[in-house]
Amino acid sequence: MTVTENPRTTEHPRTYKYVGTRPVRHDGLDKVTGKARFAADLDMTGQLRGAFVRSPHAHARIVSIDTSRAEAMPGVKAVVTGDDFAELDPTHPEFDTAVNLMARTESLYSGHVVAAVAAVTASQAAAAAAAVEVEYEPLPAVLTIDEAIAEGAPIANPTNRTLFSGDTEPSNLASVNEFGRGDVEAGFEAADIVIEREFRTVAVHQGYIEPHACVADCGQDGKATIWASSQGHFAVRAKTAAALGWSTDRIKVIPAEIGGGFGGKTTIYLEPVAVLLSQKAARPVKIVMSREEVLRATGPAPATKITAKIGATNDGEITTLQSTMHFDNGSTKGFSALTGAMSVASYKLPNLQLKAIGTVTNTARSAAYRAPSAPQAAFAVETLIDELAQRLDMDPIDIRLQNAVVEGDATAMGAPHPKIGFVETLEAIKNSEHYNSPVPQGAGRGVATGFWFNIGEQSSATVNLNEDGTATVITGSPDIGGSRASMALMAAEELGLAVDRITPVVADTESVGFTDITEGSRATFATGMAVVNACRELIEELKQRAATIKGVDVAEVDWVDGAAVIEGQDPLTIPEITAKAKNSGGPLTATASLNAAGAGPSFAVHVADVAVDEETGQTTILRYTAAQDAGTAIHPSYVEGQIQGGSVQGIGWALNEEYIYDPDGVMENASFLDYRMPVASDLPMIDAIIVEVPNPSHPYGVRGVGETGIVPPIPTLANAIAAATGVRMTSLPMSPPRLLAAISENAGG
Amino acid sequence: MPRTHVNCTVNGDEVDFLSADDTSLLNALRDELGLIGAKEGCGTGDCGTCTILVDGRVNCACLMFAPEAEGTTITTVEGIAQGDRLHPLQQAFLEGAALQCGVCTPGFLVAAKALLDKNSDPTETEIRYALAGNLCRCTGYDKIIRAVQEAAVEVNGAPK
Repeated sequence: MTVTENPRTTEHPRTYKYVGTRPVRHDGLDKVTGKARFAADLDMTGQLRGAFVRSPHAHARIVSIDTSRAEAMPGVKAVVTGDDFAELDPTHPEFDTAVNLMARTESLYSGHVVAAVAAVTASQAAAAAAAVEVEYEPLPAVLTIDEAIAEGAPIANPTNRTLFSGDTEPSNLASVNEFGRGDVEAGFEAADIVIEREFRTVAVHQGYIEPHACVADCGQDGKATIWASSQGHFAVRAKTAAALGWSTDRIKVIPAEIGGGFGGKTTIYLEPVAVLLSQKAARPVKIVMSREEVLRATGPAPATKITAKIGATNDGEITTLQSTMHFDNGSTKGFSALTGAMSVASYKLPNLQLKAIGTVTNTARSAAYRAPSAPQAAFAVETLIDELAQRLDMDPIDIRLQNAVVEGDATAMGAPHPKIGFVETLEAIKNSEHYNSPVPQGAGRGVATGFWFNIGEQSSATVNLNEDGTATVITGSPDIGGSRASMALMAAEELGLAVDRITPVVADTESVGFTDITEGSRATFATGMAVVNACRELIEELKQRAATIKGVDVAEVDWVDGAAVIEGQDPLTIPEITAKAKNSGGPLTATASLNAAGAGPSFAVHVADVAVDEETGQTTILRYTAAQDAGTAIHPSYVEGQIQGGSVQGIGWALNEEYIYDPDGVMENASFLDYRMPVASDLPMIDAIIVEVPNPSHPYGVRGVGETGIVPPIPTLANAIAAATGVRMTSLPMSPPRLLAAISENAGG
Repeated sequence: MPRTHVNCTVNGDEVDFLSADDTSLLNALRDELGLIGAKEGCGTGDCGTCTILVDGRVNCACLMFAPEAEGTTITTVEGIAQGDRLHPLQQAFLEGAALQCGVCTPGFLVAAKALLDKNSDPTETEIRYALAGNLCRCTGYDKIIRAVQEAAVEVNGAPK
């Protein structure tokens, strides 16, 4: 693997003792011995099992639900329907989440929950769910973007009002935004070459291996404890409270280990249902989704239709870009189109016009998926830039370097980029051994780039020093890929304590301050900053204690390498201070909270060599290299892991993954056999190159690293396939039958 | 419902339990024996998260009925360490950061053990095919493959 060893840029101000090392993660042992407890691994005394009744119809009015037969079945203790849930105003921010997890008057997609049961055993619950009698009146369904925007289309969801429009009538448009700058027509006039294409992508799933699961236990006092697998247990609390019409103090959420999320576990599907069933039955209720339920009713990333038109001069200067992007949110409104358009932020575009249109259809409600909407937008833009380079006979990295944004250049909506490392990341690939090696005989090489904003948001952290000078670092950010190790590394660096003397903990909603969801690649950035702030407060207190112990003024105390240093005296280490904590002021603890500003955008550049079998349409990836700006890699192994994992999700999206619906809107491939994610034998090693252009807004220079890696693979592979075959693929997936058809068509034409 | 009395050896211990005929071996391991390392990721044998060894062969525990375990010798992830010494695969996964969320890790470890038990010096391609029945969505497989390579070196270098 060509991971650069400490490739710190010249401007990197410091070298660190712990940050940038690769210790074994603290939660690792439990995960290699089978002891780690994910939500489905938790069982409570007297626990019941829950099961859902789901609508088979893409769109139907719920005429009646008869639960009497189910209620009379063996072992059944509770049944709930939409009538048991709080009535929310459609303008409530959690309205769509609440209706998605339990239909009220209409089934909005095939798989929509219409009732749920709790019984003593899982098989009793399943049998009872099958015995709930629901009468439906089928309604006309809208299944695709084209159907949604067609003149006179039926309304997919009568509660939808178009965001940002002020419209008060039901509509199939989820959102409409238009923004840009300059004069695109003048830009096309100034161009020597103009390319326009339409791109299509279908829905894909995040594909976390752990199905959604939770246990809820509602007591006779009307308070509930929920054990949940989620990307944010405070959000589980808030969304559950909203769906039930409860105050948040009635709900405690304890985070279980989370078996993958990728954005799909930023919302909820189970918890309010489990709480209500538990309340009715006065027993704990566990609900575990099947894989089929996960695929039918959670997560997909939006299908898209994107037209894009680009202009450039003969010397490679991009003069203008115009794009209309349709993103399908599935059954409810959302922001997917907006974030897709906003992700067009990698090039100096003097003239830019973006129209972002979200649609609503009778398909499963979409959810965030790793750099939400950026991969689809990059497919369009990065394909067109590749074509520009090809037509202008330019190197694909050079044309990007020529137009790459730097600090101060405008983002899509006009705000200036902060300090960024796009040029450095492009150069990392340009200088890589891979890019400078000959393209294998018969293969094609493709390059593409990706951008993601990253976000800050709210985090809290508490750092406790134990009596013997070890430390506990407590945060509220679920660890979805090694973030506990990052928290411990930053605390180690601050306190000067060895990383194995620090125990990082993800605490429940009653044991740590409010913390937003683990999303936007924010945990190591924002929660890490809270940890650093708490450590710094603790160090001030440690200096004060040292002054008290030694009988000097605190101004005479310095903090150096984990010890209080007073001139002319032996240094006082943390264990020496904690041993005397009782008589110098009591326990040593500090808490910090913040709403983090200054999340550093991250750029990625990927290169792939592919061979295409022109008889089968099968694409084989011969070599893949991914470079990404991490700002500073706190734990380089897990930064590489994020880059590699994101790359492979993008590869799956590009080559194989797709939701296939029948004409009635029923997903036809709701299993891991038929929804084909990449397996080990599909892939080569993924060489990760960490670029480090520190983010000036973080004490260690951290940029989020989780998401950007999924953005470049689709256009990287499309461009490589074009180089190998001469065929420009403009729709996904580029699966063997589709690619074969395109190759045949190209040969025939 | 009639129940079958099942006797088998799990991780070296002789165990017995009562099982309904339609209970999967996976659920019996988890619910009757408390061995939660094997997980249900799909229930259809497509993800490998429930991988166990039955008489030394790789199996998806979700695809076997518990009564089929009668008389067999079963190894789960809980049984691959030697007392307080981790299996070289477990150690290599830890040191090589070959897990992120960790939910697929037990299945990979068991499948990789089955490979190394038969072939202690596999090529990268052999490792990739031996693990092709196990889905990981976090790592892109790179560090998993490297960890198995590392463990193979350790297995070969260890005194017999």
